[in-house]
Amino acid sequence: MNPGDFVTLLDSGLRLSIPLLAACLAGLWSEKSGVVDIGLEGKMLVAAFAAAAAAYAFNSAWIGLVAGIAASVVFALIHGFAAISQRGNQIVSGVAINMLAAGLTAIVGNAWYGQGGRTPPLEGDQRFREIVFGHSALVFLALLAVPVTWFVLGRTRFGLRLRAVGENPAAVDTAGISVTKLRYTAVVIAGILCGLAGTYLSVGQSAGFLPNMTAGKGFIALAALIFAKWRAWPALGACFLFGLLDAISIRLQGIALPGIGEVPVQAIQALPYLMTVILLAGVIGTAIPPRASGIPYVKER
Amino acid sequence: MSAPIDLPKWADTILVPAVSVVAAFLVAGLVVVGIGENPLTATRLLLQGSLGTGEGLGFTLFYMTDFIFVGLAVAVAYHAGLFNIGGEGQATLAGLGIALVLNNLTFLPGIILIPLGILGAAAFGAAWAAIPGYLQAKRGSHIVITTIMFNWLASVLIVYLLVNVLRAPQNMNPETPAFPPQSEILFMHEVFAAFGIEIPASQLNLTLFLALAAAYGVWLLIYRSRLGYAIRVVGSSPTAAVYAGISPARIIVVAMVISGALAGGLAVNELMGYQHRLLLEFTAGYGFVGIAVALMGRAHPVGIVLASLLFGILYQGGAELAFEQPAITRDMVVVIGGIIILFAGALEGLFRRFVAHVMPRPALAKA
Repeated sequence: MNPGDFVTLLDSGLRLSIPLLAACLAGLWSEKSGVVDIGLEGKMLVAAFAAAAAAYAFNSAWIGLVAGIAASVVFALIHGFAAISQRGNQIVSGVAINMLAAGLTAIVGNAWYGQGGRTPPLEGDQRFREIVFGHSALVFLALLAVPVTWFVLGRTRFGLRLRAVGENPAAVDTAGISVTKLRYTAVVIAGILCGLAGTYLSVGQSAGFLPNMTAGKGFIALAALIFAKWRAWPALGACFLFGLLDAISIRLQGIALPGIGEVPVQAIQALPYLMTVILLAGVIGTAIPPRASGIPYVKER
Repeated sequence: MSAPIDLPKWADTILVPAVSVVAAFLVAGLVVVGIGENPLTATRLLLQGSLGTGEGLGFTLFYMTDFIFVGLAVAVAYHAGLFNIGGEGQATLAGLGIALVLNNLTFLPGIILIPLGILGAAAFGAAWAAIPGYLQAKRGSHIVITTIMFNWLASVLIVYLLVNVLRAPQNMNPETPAFPPQSEILFMHEVFAAFGIEIPASQLNLTLFLALAAAYGVWLLIYRSRLGYAIRVVGSSPTAAVYAGISPARIIVVAMVISGALAGGLAVNELMGYQHRLLLEFTAGYGFVGIAVALMGRAHPVGIVLASLLFGILYQGGAELAFEQPAITRDMVVVIGGIIILFAGALEGLFRRFVAHVMPRPALAKA
């Protein structure tokens, strides 16, 4: 492999890691505040659909981004209402969000455009322009979200409170700070980031929406979050690693490596899931989630 | 607001799920209106397509068989306080178990081969569930995350095996050769024909009885056996279980093994009963529908059978509906499933409060 190929491989790894990164940071915000979110996949999917539909209707990629974020935030608020206000089971709510998103985008897409759930192909202003190194603004927005997340969560008072709510909500409540408000804020931020991830899929990376186009990326993002042990910079590393694996598996298709022979694509595709299971089992290090994540907060106790 | 809401038992087990399902259908009706179709016409077509003809009814009961298995799988784990979202992966592996047994023991007569195939499905499904169960029990890895990862691992594994290892020579499609004919579970119309009764042909096969037997078996297990009691104790309080001399770790693994074996029933119905070979994506997301079924049925076998019938009607009726009104695709059923999971599961408290609010006071006082 010559150096040029290597750079191309890194480049496509970066491209493929962007939706993972935005979704992974979304999960980070939500789970740091104590709300488990397995609905990343669904939120990305509605965002991808809304973004493509709006970009097509208004002939603007940026309006697409706004619509994508809005759709994702609506779904995030449904999750927030169930998980925070109603103290419902957060896993169940996440499963519901994923199913709703898969069904609704396919039905509405089919009803509006009659192309089996696809949106019409996007072109020109309907897509994001490449600004630097062949990458669009969304790539840089997602990358920028890493230091911002690190700084806000780790170095500000708001971040401290938000992390505290995920570890010991009763203590935060005793200090006179609203647990509900902090958790809703985190859930909405997660919605915005999933909106970015979904928009990148349909309006940045591809030229339009395809049914179920997230294809498990939300779950890989979840795996990356565990892999990064709920920290922002390691999340960047984990997502880039998983994106690079994806790029390698695409590149290695049908190529025999010297000494090893042809590596099955599926072996590489399985790696993120396998590595997460092994990590969670505590074989290589441990991954401990925020202590109060998944537990609804009951004030009177 | 957080005071426990006291409801009579019948209201809790029947009224609350019923109200949330009705609400789910109202929301689904709004979606139908939103895409410019008439929800009443849609409902009529749906019921006609699923219950109106003998053939439609057969297909409805075929889907119901699938949902009973996956619903029971979710329910057994649920009683142990575990959330098994891995039904898809477990059923996929069960399909692999069936293919390995049936296509390697082709010389056996059907009367031996069919039970072995079913056992293969149960064993492979159970094994695929046992690993996350073990990791949860012994290593503390969260079962939700591991079962999600195992779903994806299963789908990657099955693609690899079907494309590279198990595919029949000269077949372009990633699927195994057909199972030996003596291993096919009889279609219901064949059984009836043997008694001289003619019923319309459909995919419905004898696996339906296996599903109903499994439902009865789960009822016996959960509510009438020592093990079931231990499962429920671990589910409601692992610390209390330890005091009672029950090992939560052991019960967690056992519950997951039973859950995975039940999920394997989906593969029995789809592959041994209908497709007669192993192919990609035969689970078709039914593993997730199992979550809706179990939540709606309150994790009780009777409730699960009824909820499965409802989803059977939705799937079969939805297919007919999509044929008559192309705007309403079968994804509508996925939407309804999602809303039911949201309403009957995550927003349960909201509906309990609603029921408590509208119920007459004397009825509540008696509770």
